[in-house]
Amino acid sequence: MADWKDKDVLHVSEPKLTALERTYLPQVVAGLGTTLRHMFQKKFTLQYPEEKRQMRVQNYRGIHRLNRDDQGRVACVACFMCPSICPAQCIYIVAGESPWPDREKYPVKFEIDELRCIFCGMCEEVCPVDAIELTSEYGLLGYTREEMLFDKEKLLKLFDLTKGYKPRKGPKITGYPKPTDQRGTSTHEGL
Amino acid sequence: MELIKSILASQVGFSVVFAFVLVNIIMLVVTYCIYWERKISAWIQDRHGPNRVGPAGLIQPFADGLKFFLKEDWIPPYSDKALFVMAPVLMFILALIGFAIIPWAGPVRWPWMPEGTSIDTQVASIDIGILYFLAVGGLTVYAIVLGAWASKSKFPFYGGIRGTAQVLSYEIPLGLGLFVIILGNGSLRLEEILGAQARMWQLGDASIWPAWNFFLHPVTFLLVLVTAFAETNRLPFDLAEAEQELVGGYHTEYSALKFGAFYLAEYANMITMSAVLAVLFFGGWHLPGVNGDSASIGWALVRFVIIWAKIILFLFFYMWIRWTLPRFRYDQLMHLAWLTLVPLGLLLLTWTAVLTLIGRQNTWLAPAGEIGIFALLVLVGALRAAPITGRQRDLPAARIVQFD
Repeated sequence: MADWKDKDVLHVSEPKLTALERTYLPQVVAGLGTTLRHMFQKKFTLQYPEEKRQMRVQNYRGIHRLNRDDQGRVACVACFMCPSICPAQCIYIVAGESPWPDREKYPVKFEIDELRCIFCGMCEEVCPVDAIELTSEYGLLGYTREEMLFDKEKLLKLFDLTKGYKPRKGPKITGYPKPTDQRGTSTHEGL
Repeated sequence: MELIKSILASQVGFSVVFAFVLVNIIMLVVTYCIYWERKISAWIQDRHGPNRVGPAGLIQPFADGLKFFLKEDWIPPYSDKALFVMAPVLMFILALIGFAIIPWAGPVRWPWMPEGTSIDTQVASIDIGILYFLAVGGLTVYAIVLGAWASKSKFPFYGGIRGTAQVLSYEIPLGLGLFVIILGNGSLRLEEILGAQARMWQLGDASIWPAWNFFLHPVTFLLVLVTAFAETNRLPFDLAEAEQELVGGYHTEYSALKFGAFYLAEYANMITMSAVLAVLFFGGWHLPGVNGDSASIGWALVRFVIIWAKIILFLFFYMWIRWTLPRFRYDQLMHLAWLTLVPLGLLLLTWTAVLTLIGRQNTWLAPAGEIGIFALLVLVGALRAAPITGRQRDLPAARIVQFD
């Protein structure tokens, strides 16, 4: 501010008003007309819990899901790639010997602390069998911290609820529910 | 039962009962004014407004009121406690006594009253009618100043000073505007001013147009309307409150029910002001075809509904204006009052006085002259052509960038 000089100030002249405009009245009436028109215009507000915004990006990173393979088993092979890469260290896996012949290990426990998760999507990128994926669901709500610790059953159930679409893979998310018919079908409420 | 009947049949007893009923009606309307204020502001801004509490949000004002009860009632330790507590009470009382002079529905006769007698649906029919209204309206600013002073805090103090200057300045054009009506009607009693309007203008045999003062004194109505906004401290004249500049103005330090009292009193004042405007300029309970002489309960109810409809239209206009116009700057406010409204009021008063002197105050000469005076002032304004804001009068002429 040291270089501030008087000649730097720009004085903007007032607009010339007509005789009638100087009474303010035409502008007041015009303003009232504008506000009256807005009173009957379409509202911008979305009534959130009932109405939801159309998902606008296809690679939105929301709540995780744990995929099942075509036989309905958990697809994860407990390779520990995701807890290793996870920058927030929110994935906790206990591996066990697989009961199925086509793989050696499977996750006995698979927990994601959704409160620690930063939704970077690296677990999804690193997974060799596409078992962990980030859905477009953002309704991540809970009353307690324990509730936000998603275990294997909850993550598998999320897959069952969002089975209809394949996040981040196809050119377009298909089958994503329309905003209007989503009342009460939030994944979180379904859990 | 006989006792109740005799109480209702006497003017004093009826006035007391009616005052009680009216206070309740006004408080209910005030409650819903707050709801509609929020709704209308939302609609104007392309939003929905409160719609969660009850169907369409209709229970929202009661939730708001309950909130006032549950808030901490904080009295600043440095404040003048007695005055601090007194100010909202005074404001509330003043807001609730203003309606006493309004003639609500003309005469009414209960079935058990003798034929030919009737009582007035008015709490107080006093000779000084309009003066009472001006006195109560003028005292309102006293509550504002008391609250502002007792808070001992700078923002309320600014608000109080602004409010005082504003209300004092706008009392003058308001008084001048009301004097035009008083002169034209020759009475201070609101019911007589209303009675003079409750008829139709005749053209030959056909009644063509209601003889409301609005059509007789259109420019006076404009003057009184502008000052009414200033007197009730509503936008664009809410400089005493000015939440963007002065936090909350005179009620910055108030919380809980004391703030609620200020808040409700603002709307109660609006209702009283709307009722006075409806009575003075729009014939109160009169509509073409309404029987003003019949004292039957049915007609009285119809008239009561009509005056409330007019009041509600005015309230809507108040809110509509609030969410349309920005606030005046302080010097513009004073400029408008002293250099525009006061000369206009004086000219209108002179014109009406001259017409009254020659006995022509209820002819077409009144509106024609008023519009002429308005045109004259517009012409004077155009010829003077000083900048409206007056901000650049003292600035150096050089380096002015033309606005276009």
